[in-house]
Amino acid sequence: MASWTWFHRLGSPKWFYEKTSRWLPWLALVTAAIMVVGTVWGLAYAPADAKQGNSYRIIFIHVPSAFLALVCYYLMAIAGAVSLIWKMKLSDMAVKSCAPIGASLTFIALVTGAIWGKPTWGTWWVWDARTTSMLVLFFLYLGVIALQDAFESRENANRACSILALVGTVNIPIIYKSVDWWNTLHQGATIKFTEAPSMPPEMWQPLFLMIIGFYCFFALVFIMAMRSEILQREKGTRWVELIVKHRLNKLTNHDD
Amino acid sequence: MSAAQTVQAFWGIVRRDLTVSMRHRSDLFNPVIFFLIVVTLFPLGVSPAPDVLKALAPGVLWVVALLATLLSSDGIFHADFEDGSLEQLLLSPQPLYLMVLAKVLSHWFITGLPLTLIAPMLGLMLQLPAAGMVPLMLSLLAGTGTLSFVGAIGAALTVGLRRGGLLLSLIVIPLYTPVLIFGASAVQSAIEGFSIAGQLAVLGAFFVFAITFAPFAIAGALRISVNG
Amino acid sequence: MLSTPYLALENVSCERNGRLLIDRLSLVMELGQALQVEGPNGSGKTTLLRVLNTLSRDYHGQIRWQGQDLAEVRADYLRQLLYIGHAPGIKRVLTPLENLRWQAELYGDHKEQDMLEALARVGLVGCENTACHHLSAGQQRRVSLAKLFLFTTPLWILDEPFTAIDKQGVAELEAVIDRHVQDGGLVILTTHHSLSLKHGCRRLSLGGGA
Repeated sequence: MASWTWFHRLGSPKWFYEKTSRWLPWLALVTAAIMVVGTVWGLAYAPADAKQGNSYRIIFIHVPSAFLALVCYYLMAIAGAVSLIWKMKLSDMAVKSCAPIGASLTFIALVTGAIWGKPTWGTWWVWDARTTSMLVLFFLYLGVIALQDAFESRENANRACSILALVGTVNIPIIYKSVDWWNTLHQGATIKFTEAPSMPPEMWQPLFLMIIGFYCFFALVFIMAMRSEILQREKGTRWVELIVKHRLNKLTNHDD
Repeated sequence: MSAAQTVQAFWGIVRRDLTVSMRHRSDLFNPVIFFLIVVTLFPLGVSPAPDVLKALAPGVLWVVALLATLLSSDGIFHADFEDGSLEQLLLSPQPLYLMVLAKVLSHWFITGLPLTLIAPMLGLMLQLPAAGMVPLMLSLLAGTGTLSFVGAIGAALTVGLRRGGLLLSLIVIPLYTPVLIFGASAVQSAIEGFSIAGQLAVLGAFFVFAITFAPFAIAGALRISVNG
Repeated sequence: MLSTPYLALENVSCERNGRLLIDRLSLVMELGQALQVEGPNGSGKTTLLRVLNTLSRDYHGQIRWQGQDLAEVRADYLRQLLYIGHAPGIKRVLTPLENLRWQAELYGDHKEQDMLEALARVGLVGCENTACHHLSAGQQRRVSLAKLFLFTTPLWILDEPFTAIDKQGVAELEAVIDRHVQDGGLVILTTHHSLSLKHGCRRLSLGGGA
């Protein structure tokens, strides 16, 4: 048991860092390719919407970011559960890395939603079910970030955030259902989100591609955040010193 | 450890907390006074016109009751943390789940229950129609328990932190939204002449859910906070 | 053959904010002993006691209680443990008797007569029903120390029990510890005081490069 925790303490972050060093450039390349193709396809080649014209094209950013924002919260909660149960160092770092990324994605979804709302509904903000749930999700993220920030001890910050993330995860379906129900109650006051029942393939294909692109982008940013977290936490160890030395050498060589 | 001893320890904690609040009168009256004062702000800030107040009343009463519970939940574990009795609680051979339950129950006795009892008076001041009075009390009765449990999770997470108060609100308010939605809508439905059985059932389900799972989260959070 | 030790630490290390406070400490403690943990401020005395009382789980290495891993038998272990920490665990608006009662109820031990007797033993006769905030710091401390006369747990972990206690009180406290050790108990404590115990006292020095 003891040797096992020591293994995680020392082994895992280094292993993760070295592995990802190898595939990170490839992942970046794939991400860039998918995102560029998806964006150009969605913005230039996909047909305009019959009712909304070109303004609907923001969904190629709005939908994937909203989608990933939720996925990220669940990922954070799973990482939190792992770190509470098995006390793995890597999952600790994952909890911390997820929160700001998820908050940013939620923010992007909210902003693009508002921009989309202006030409569609004639107003920047509508208290419809999805917008409101997304806003609550944003608050949940802010809570985790603020809690992480408030602790002095890193271990305790991680444990506290893991618990909060788990509590939040249990609550997200309840919040979503409640907000949905609340929305139907007040339907007279708001405009119903008109769901396109059958989006033509020319539209959903690029959208699908963009969702995959966002997944890759998320993985990329997440891994980079993890790597910087690893370097910060393991800065006293020999292998990190070697990496830093190596990098510095490279830089000075370039100068020559 | 026999069941009888555990029961005795449970009521021991409840009795202790209630005695402490009885001697610290402010613990007992502050949430209620807060409720009264904040409700007063709405006619001043919005309009004293009866029609306007009538429309606002269900939501305002619920939002303010929620805030009163939230602000008081900061204190659930604070004194215990400061004077070391939280450590004693965590090191007692009793199941922490039940000890936490005792703490939250006493909190509800000194906040949720008085708020529920005083709510009709504030309802009158906000021109809440008579049909809404009993539903207001029923929904608060069913909802404030859940609010106490969720607030206690936040309180347990932040009890060791120096600037815990505002952080607590940030963490807890998003988790309060479902209770607010169903609580306020119960009152609204009653005023409009519909049945409120559905909303009360959902609030009851929330409470059962909270009483089952929240103590685990609270206990885990307390262990972390005491460890820091 | 060796019998299983009551409490054994094997290579226990504690890190706090990146600083190694306790480095591979191995130690065996038996019933009928007293152990004084010494060291300058910040040397990890309280940290060690909090590991031993299970409040802190931030350690590496193994702690065995009667041969079993401490984390696995925590509930049984706590039944045998009496811990008095820095903060006395006293509610200031409650009276000494009420304070003793709620703590006793956690352990299922609650005869009113015994509690009054315990309070008398720590010199609080006549204050049983005075709210604790009217008492001095030393008297409040004594309220929590009254538990030593009330509870029959074999293991005592005391963090600076002599704080704010007068000379007379210290002597009485030493006598209690002596008697507990004689009765087959184990006392682990930190103090800056030089203890004079009849049965002698093991010392563990922390920090200072030791």
